[in-house]
Amino acid sequence: MRAIFFALPIAALLAGCNSSNTGNQSTSSAAGQITGAGSTFVYPVLSAWAADYKKSGGQDINYQSIGSGGGISQVKAGTVDFGASDQPLSSAELASSNLAQFPIVIGGIVPVVNIAGVAAGKLHLTGPLLADIYAGKVKRWNDPAITSINPGMALPATDIAVVHRSDGSGTTFNFTHYLAQVSPTWKAGPGEGKTVNWPTGVGGKGNEGVAAYVKQIPNSVGYVEYAYVVQNKMASTALQNAAGNFVAPGAQSFANAAETADWKNASDFNLVMTNAVGPNAYPITATTFILVPREAKDKSRTKAALSFFRYALQSGQAKADSLDYVPLPAPLVAQIDSYIAAKLK
Amino acid sequence: MGQVLRPAAKSGAGADRAFGLVTAAAAWFVLLLLAATAISMAWGGRLAFSTFGWGFITGKDWDVGAGRFGAFVPIYGTLVTSAIALIVAVPVSIGIALFLTDIAPRWTRGPVAIAIELLAAIPSIIYGMWGLFVFAPFMAAHVEPWAIQHLGIIPGIGALFRGPPIGIGMLTAGIVLGIMVIPFIASVAREVFSAVPPALRESAVALGSTRWEILSRVTLPYTRSAIIGAVFLGLGRALGETMAVTFVLGNAHDLSLSLLMPSNSIAAAIANEFTEADTELYRSSLIALGFLLFVVTFIVLTIAKLMLMRINRRLGRTY
Repeated sequence: MRAIFFALPIAALLAGCNSSNTGNQSTSSAAGQITGAGSTFVYPVLSAWAADYKKSGGQDINYQSIGSGGGISQVKAGTVDFGASDQPLSSAELASSNLAQFPIVIGGIVPVVNIAGVAAGKLHLTGPLLADIYAGKVKRWNDPAITSINPGMALPATDIAVVHRSDGSGTTFNFTHYLAQVSPTWKAGPGEGKTVNWPTGVGGKGNEGVAAYVKQIPNSVGYVEYAYVVQNKMASTALQNAAGNFVAPGAQSFANAAETADWKNASDFNLVMTNAVGPNAYPITATTFILVPREAKDKSRTKAALSFFRYALQSGQAKADSLDYVPLPAPLVAQIDSYIAAKLK
Repeated sequence: MGQVLRPAAKSGAGADRAFGLVTAAAAWFVLLLLAATAISMAWGGRLAFSTFGWGFITGKDWDVGAGRFGAFVPIYGTLVTSAIALIVAVPVSIGIALFLTDIAPRWTRGPVAIAIELLAAIPSIIYGMWGLFVFAPFMAAHVEPWAIQHLGIIPGIGALFRGPPIGIGMLTAGIVLGIMVIPFIASVAREVFSAVPPALRESAVALGSTRWEILSRVTLPYTRSAIIGAVFLGLGRALGETMAVTFVLGNAHDLSLSLLMPSNSIAAAIANEFTEADTELYRSSLIALGFLLFVVTFIVLTIAKLMLMRINRRLGRTY
């Protein structure tokens, strides 16, 4: 009895220390190492780039995937050389913390289902319908709202088990941002954010947690990054986009969204690509943004980080493709180059 | 605590004294650490406590966007899952211990006892994965539909068994927790059962007692306080368990009477949300949750101690 009684608070204490230490460790790392922290979404491709970059003679990149929120606060505190966030910062916030921001790679957030007899890409959903399912208003798979857009499909008369994220997440931000755009009731209700007050459902930790829940719970629906859909062979759904077409997730529909998103008029690339207007645009396409300090204490470190990202934007895009991310469109890369040249000398 | 006997030889007195001080310091260090932990968590949670007052404990909302935090759901989920765990674990553990001490052939006792202790060494995440990948689908396919059909219609307790059978929820989490704490309770119970003087048991047998009568009239009364101690050891573990619970509990801040619905526990909420808690109030609320877990554990263990003292006083012996 004693042992548990005492061990418990000690464990809690250790856990507490751990989170505040992460930043300090990165600053005290070897001088030749560039450190970054943030988005878990971008971690697989960023670490692949880092390995390639090192092989081609570049510096060591040490990236800690602690989550977008953590990445933002660490780069603001100056404990890392760059941060990565799935949610863009506003120009005002960037100015007040003296940061610059640009997109690095594109991916998509995909509603996935686990219904016996429903194969990948077969189920059609619209944005407002998805919002109603997540709000708990559409409760059963054979609801007329679902069957009317899926004619001829046998959907069971069972309750829909909703799966969402239990942790704060850029994925959730992009997903709820989309729902808020297409459903006024969602906007007025749970709204958008890295975590929202979910009206119903179970929460999984991380993309892998949601993927595991959807696989384990019959008749469930969840949302995960596209890479998880491909790797876990999950049943994705086709979503109706702003042009009215049902599009399946994939490199082409993500690219179409990125091409038709209004990057030209987005100051500091502060743009969320959801509900893009292109005829084949996938409606929940998302970007990870890199945040770098404009006036770092040691400017050479920022320079080194930027040369890594230049390598990633130019030579790394094929690698991104192979990992089920989508390269940025060429005009956007050109825009990033001129942005870096102007803002980060 | 730090008291040592004074030896006659003068040369050793100084060393003995130093040794006594070192051991005393080690003992006091634990108390100091405990106090420091409690104080620092209370301090970290001060923003949440000052913002919401008692409402932090009674509030049912956990709305990050609106900045409203109430700990009622995690506290409720923690207590309910731990209670289910004990309901599952106590009879099974006592059964195991009794079988091993009284009924099993002598040669099996050693290996089975070692196996039970090995069970206690399995990391909790393994239980969590088993719970999610093996046990939850089983619950969703077999146990929960049956419970909804047969128990859900009973007035009163029926409310505990309603909702869709998704396999993830308080009942699944409680049972997984129960399985996790069985080895803790069973191994202590086995130790104390085997400490019952054979003369007592033999006398009972000589008087014509059945096995059940030996258990209920001799073994259990004789070992009562130690068994209660073992149960609370298991309870302490169940209350603070994180990984196994977070896999199968559903991590949803929804209050529901139904045991089949997802909920949240204090430890699971902290583990899930701490990394992305990006406002002062959010972080403070999570630390305050940690403090509440501390308080809940403290209260439960205090109750256990008081119960033991009362029983001991009534029976006039320790065991």
